[in-house]
Amino acid sequence: MSEIKLERIDDNRWLLPQTGGMKVPGIIYANEKIRQLLKSDESTRQVANVAHLPGIVSYSLAMPDVHWGYGFPIGGVAAFDLEGGIVSPGGVGYDINCGCRLLATNLTLADMGDRLSNLTTALYQQIPSGVGSTGSVKLSGKDQKQVLEDGALWAVKAGFGKPQDMETTEDGGAMEGADPEQVSDRAMERGKQQLGTLGSGNHFLEIEVVEEIFDETAARVFGLRKGQINIMIHSGSRGLGYQICDDYLALMVKHAQKAGIDLPDRQLACSYLDSQRGRNYLAAMACGANYAWANRQLLMHQTQTIFEKSLHLSPRELGMRLVYDVCHNIAKIETFNIQGKMKKLCVHRKGATRAFPAGHDAVPAQYRSVGQPVLVPGDMGSGSYVLVGQQKAMQETFGSACHGAGRVMSRTQATKVSQGRSISRELADQGVLVMASSKGTLREEIPEAYKNLNDVVQVMHESGIATKVAKLKSLACIKG
Amino acid sequence: MEKYKLLDHTSDIRVEVWGKTRKELFGNAVAAMFDVMIDCPSEEKTKPLEEKTVKINGNDLEDTLINFLREALYLFNGKGWLIKSCEPLELTGRSVVARVQGEPYNRQKNPLITEIKAVTYHGLIINKSKKCWQAKVVFDV
Repeated sequence: MSEIKLERIDDNRWLLPQTGGMKVPGIIYANEKIRQLLKSDESTRQVANVAHLPGIVSYSLAMPDVHWGYGFPIGGVAAFDLEGGIVSPGGVGYDINCGCRLLATNLTLADMGDRLSNLTTALYQQIPSGVGSTGSVKLSGKDQKQVLEDGALWAVKAGFGKPQDMETTEDGGAMEGADPEQVSDRAMERGKQQLGTLGSGNHFLEIEVVEEIFDETAARVFGLRKGQINIMIHSGSRGLGYQICDDYLALMVKHAQKAGIDLPDRQLACSYLDSQRGRNYLAAMACGANYAWANRQLLMHQTQTIFEKSLHLSPRELGMRLVYDVCHNIAKIETFNIQGKMKKLCVHRKGATRAFPAGHDAVPAQYRSVGQPVLVPGDMGSGSYVLVGQQKAMQETFGSACHGAGRVMSRTQATKVSQGRSISRELADQGVLVMASSKGTLREEIPEAYKNLNDVVQVMHESGIATKVAKLKSLACIKG
Repeated sequence: MEKYKLLDHTSDIRVEVWGKTRKELFGNAVAAMFDVMIDCPSEEKTKPLEEKTVKINGNDLEDTLINFLREALYLFNGKGWLIKSCEPLELTGRSVVARVQGEPYNRQKNPLITEIKAVTYHGLIINKSKKCWQAKVVFDV
């Protein structure tokens, strides 16, 4: 489909030359195998489209999990100058601050014995998941505003977790500049009943065991050891985030022409960072981000309670703690060295994870000697990686790395090829227990619908952007 | 004539919708969106239902279609109201007025198949062939 020619830079990078209205070239992180997969979708074109946007700095980037999204590619990273640059709701995505949270425990695989099945059933029954699910927390208007302003702190104050959880959450679990006044009534209404819900589609909660350690020092600093039971949670800002994105997208499409912004795809609608509309979007987006952090904090608390009850453990025995929480759909104002000058930029990460190196102020104090943990969940059943951000990320990718495996097969295709198969039995044969509220979701999310996670992670590792710390194997997975 | 078909898209759902007229095209687009989302047998769509009038504007025909689908999606996601039939009454290049019929959503009666997060502008096309009007729309799921 895509006719764009890419030029090989090295084993793991491809240059998308600057042509036509592109303001900068593109760079795609991919090995030969991933490069071949890109030929069959539109993501390369999307990397080029993003390069058309005003004020883009250096390169339009794509991480190795890149795939065809809407507007920006998924796996896309782009930074914009605060002067003359733009912010694009489509460059953040509908699920604002969709992200991952990794929880460590004192348990080992041996401790689980034959209790995994009962535990998974309890998690599946008690954590609201699936389409249209509602949470156990019903928010008053005043409470909801507080959630939007304070994020994870609201949850901790309300008794869901510990203050130290916020130390290992990106941005401390609360993004600055959140203004609930910039969030529509419709978005508020959709957010009221969904706090503490996992959601549907690719969202999940997974019980995993640390299978392999690659970097002993970083693993020790992150508190990871071989054989340890961990939990990975993937969720976001639910209907509230979707509505914020949709509201601002509609508004920006309406005004893009007047603002003199020429768009190769309307879904890239944007406003100048230095405009009232741009500032309003960032203030509303921060509300969405904070809602997502409160949501994952609540999900963690529920998980802890269910573990304790189901396994008859005290909090001390279980020892559940937050390793890290990263967002992978966000726009953030961050400082980078651009040709010798320190510049504040608005970095869009659409399906990409922040990957800051050792010594950076934004890395939690306890991890600063090694760098920020980068959580990379794979597709259902294939486990996850924990990486650590490196200095090279600051030089090449605006401090960003991949966020997952990345789809290669459409949902309809996946449903077609999995016809007549029992996906849960196939996964059970591989030692992964799966419970999903919809059989359709399982079929859409079959492992072969995704790139090989090992390939994606290897590209990041070899290019020195984020290096491998540990690999986690899936034991049980709850899907929406 | 068929109303729509699903096209391939790596991460989302893309539909191609047809209509003899622009009004029919708009009505069929709403029908396609709800078919993707919800399991609702066709005989249920003709029973006596509640009625609402929807009025929507846009910058041009494409924008009007997206805003119209957005409104229909909001009735469902925001208000919990399931649209079972949709009939555009008036349509210009920049506005649409439609009569929609439906009822408060009952999950047991009409299970959800796929959650649509949003209607996107990505790859949006509306054109007219000799035979009919045609549109392509991507839903974020």
